[in-house]
Amino acid sequence: MNLRRLFLIATPYAWLLFFFLIPFGIVFKIALSDYAISIPPYTPTLDLSQGWAGIREFLDGLDFENFTFLASDALYIKAYLSSLKIAAISTAITLLVAYPIAYGMAQAPDEWRPTLMMLVILPFWTSFLIRIYAWIGILSGEGFLNQFLMWTGITSQPLTILNTNTAVYIGIVYAYLPFMILPIYAALEKLDISLIEAAEDLGCTRIQAFWLVTFPLSRPGVIAGCFLVFIPALGEFVIPSILGGNETLMIGKTLYDEFFANRDWPVASAVAVVLLLLLIVPIILFQRNEQKQREAGL
Amino acid sequence: MAQPANRPVFAPWLDPDQKPLIQFRNVTKRFGEFVAIDDVTLDIFRREFFALLGPSGCGKTTLMRMLGGFETPTEGKILLDGVDQAPIPPNKRETNMMFQSYALFPHLTVWDNIAFGLKRSAMPKEKIPARVEEMLRLTRLEKFAKRKPHQISGGQRQRVALARSLAKAPKLLLLDEPLGALDKKLRQETQFELMDIQEKTGTTFVIVTHDQEEAMTVASRVAVMDHGKMIQVDTPGRIYETPNSVYVADFIGDVNIVEGRATRKGDDKYAIAWAEGQPEIIASSTERIDQGTKVFFAIRPEKVAIARERPEGRANVIEGKVSDIAYLGNISTYKVEVAGGRMIKAQVANERRIARRDITWDDPVFLSFTDTAGVLLLH
Repeated sequence: MNLRRLFLIATPYAWLLFFFLIPFGIVFKIALSDYAISIPPYTPTLDLSQGWAGIREFLDGLDFENFTFLASDALYIKAYLSSLKIAAISTAITLLVAYPIAYGMAQAPDEWRPTLMMLVILPFWTSFLIRIYAWIGILSGEGFLNQFLMWTGITSQPLTILNTNTAVYIGIVYAYLPFMILPIYAALEKLDISLIEAAEDLGCTRIQAFWLVTFPLSRPGVIAGCFLVFIPALGEFVIPSILGGNETLMIGKTLYDEFFANRDWPVASAVAVVLLLLLIVPIILFQRNEQKQREAGL
Repeated sequence: MAQPANRPVFAPWLDPDQKPLIQFRNVTKRFGEFVAIDDVTLDIFRREFFALLGPSGCGKTTLMRMLGGFETPTEGKILLDGVDQAPIPPNKRETNMMFQSYALFPHLTVWDNIAFGLKRSAMPKEKIPARVEEMLRLTRLEKFAKRKPHQISGGQRQRVALARSLAKAPKLLLLDEPLGALDKKLRQETQFELMDIQEKTGTTFVIVTHDQEEAMTVASRVAVMDHGKMIQVDTPGRIYETPNSVYVADFIGDVNIVEGRATRKGDDKYAIAWAEGQPEIIASSTERIDQGTKVFFAIRPEKVAIARERPEGRANVIEGKVSDIAYLGNISTYKVEVAGGRMIKAQVANERRIARRDITWDDPVFLSFTDTAGVLLLH
C-alpha cells in the first residue's frame, strides 16, 4: 500500500528529474563553461580519471562570464525586450480576435457547438511548419492578399508585409488563436444565461451586462488564454525566422544563431537560461491565478 | 378563513372600482408551432400575492417571463398600470424578478449583489448604502454582507436573491419557483417569511410554483393553469372548496371523483345515479344541470365520514369494505371499496392512539357525507 503510493508520487518527480532538471543542469553547466574549438565545443569537461583533483579543476573552470557578457552586449538585451514586446502585442491582438469568436461559439445553439469547436481545432491536423509556410504565399508581394487588394482597388501598389514584424504578428496570432479561444469559450460556456437576464432585469443595458457580468466571469479564461499565448510566443523561433525580416529581433532566433551559426554553446546556453528565468515569472503568476480560482470555487 | 371584524377583507378583484395593476388582454404566445400561452385574459391587483400554479410545461413560467420582458406576446397586450409593456425592454420595466436559480453574481459580495440594481438606477449614490442596509435587515443578512454567494447556505442565497430583487422597490415582483431549491422544513418557514415581507413592503407579488401547498399557503389568489390556458382563478379557499372542473379538483389536494347521471330533485338538489343497485348520491349545485346530464361528483376525503355502524340522519350513506389504510400520524386515509370495485377515500383525524383504532383491513364500513359536502362538475 505505502509502496504503491510512493511509486505514484515518485513517477512525476522522476519524470521531472530526468527530463527537466538534469537537462537543465547540463545546459546550466554549459552556460558556466568557456568556448573552445573542440568536441564538445566548450571547456572544461569533467575528467573523473584524475580523481579529486579533476573535480577541483573542473569547478575552477566554471564562471558567470557568459552572463555578464549577455548583460553587457546590447544585442541580447534588445532581443529580449523586442521578444517581450512582440509577445505582449501579439497576445493582446489574439485576445481581441479570440474573445468575439469564443463569445459567438458560446452563444451558438447547442447542436452547432461541437462543429464550431471542431473548426477551431481543425488547423492542428496540419503541420505547424506547413501552415506557417503557407502564409508566405498569402503575404508575399505577389501573394493572395496583395492580389486581392489590388483587384478590389484598395491599393495600387503591392504592400510589403512579408519579412516585417507585421507578418510575425499575423503569424503568431494565427498560430496561437485556438489556445486563446478554447479557455475563454470554456469560461463563457458554463456562464448561466439567467445571470445576464438578472443583470438586465436590474437595469443594465446589454452592453453594461456584458462588462459587469459576462466579462468579469470570463476573466479566468482570459488570463489562462493570455498565458498560453504569451509564454510560447516569447520564445518563438519558427514564425520570426519564416515570416520575419532583418528588423525582427527575437530571442528564439538569436538563440538559434548562437548555437548553429556561431557554435558558441556556452553563450547560447546562457541565453536559454535567462529566457527560462524570464518565463518563470509569468508561469508562477499563472499558477497563482489558477489556485485562486480553485479557492474561489469558480 | 374568518377575519377579525375590524380588518377589511382584502379582495380588490370583487370591487369593480379597483383598477388592476396588471392586465393580460387576450395574450397568446407561440414558440413555432407550440402554443405556450393560449388566449389568456387576467387582471392582477395592487398588493396581491398572486400564484400561477400548474404542472411543468403549462405555460406559467412563460407568462411570468412575459411580465419581466424576457418574452414578448405573439398576440394580445400586457398592461402595467395601464401602460402597454410590449415595447419596454427588461431593464426599463418597473418589475423585478427573482430567478429560480437565484442568478446571484458569483464575483460580487452579498452587499454588491443587492446594490447592483440600485447603482443602475436614478438613486443618488449616497443613498444606496442605506437602502442596501435596509434590505439586509429585512432579510436578516446583516452578518453576511461581505461574503460571496458560494460562501453562504442555500437558504441565505435565496434571501439575497429576494433582497436584490426588492431593493429597487419594484411595482411588481416576479418570483420563479422561489423556494424550489430549499428542503421542506426551510421551505415552510420561508413561505411565512415571504408573506411577511410582502405585507411589510406592500409590493405586488406574482409567484410561479408547481407546489399546490405553497400556492395555497402564500397566495391571495391562485390561477390554475394547464396547456397554456387559465382553468380557474380564485382564492385558495374557493379553489379548494369549489373547483370548476375535474382538472382543478384533482390538481389541488386529494379528491374522490364519482361519475354519474344527474336528476333534478328540488331547488338546487340533484340525485346522481352512479352505480346499479346503489342509492343515488344527493348533492347540491347552484348551477342548473339538465336532466340526465353526465356529471362528476367530487368530494374531498376529509369530508367523508367512516363508521362501523350505519349512521343516522346523513344524506348519503354508502356501504363498503376497507381495502387499505394509510397511516400518516396525524391523520389516516381509508381506501374503501364500494360497489363496482370503485375506491372512495375517507380521511379521519387520529384522535385516538393507533392501538385503539376500531376499523381495520377488510372490515365492512359505512361511508357518509352531507348533501353539501361535495361539488358537481360538468367537465
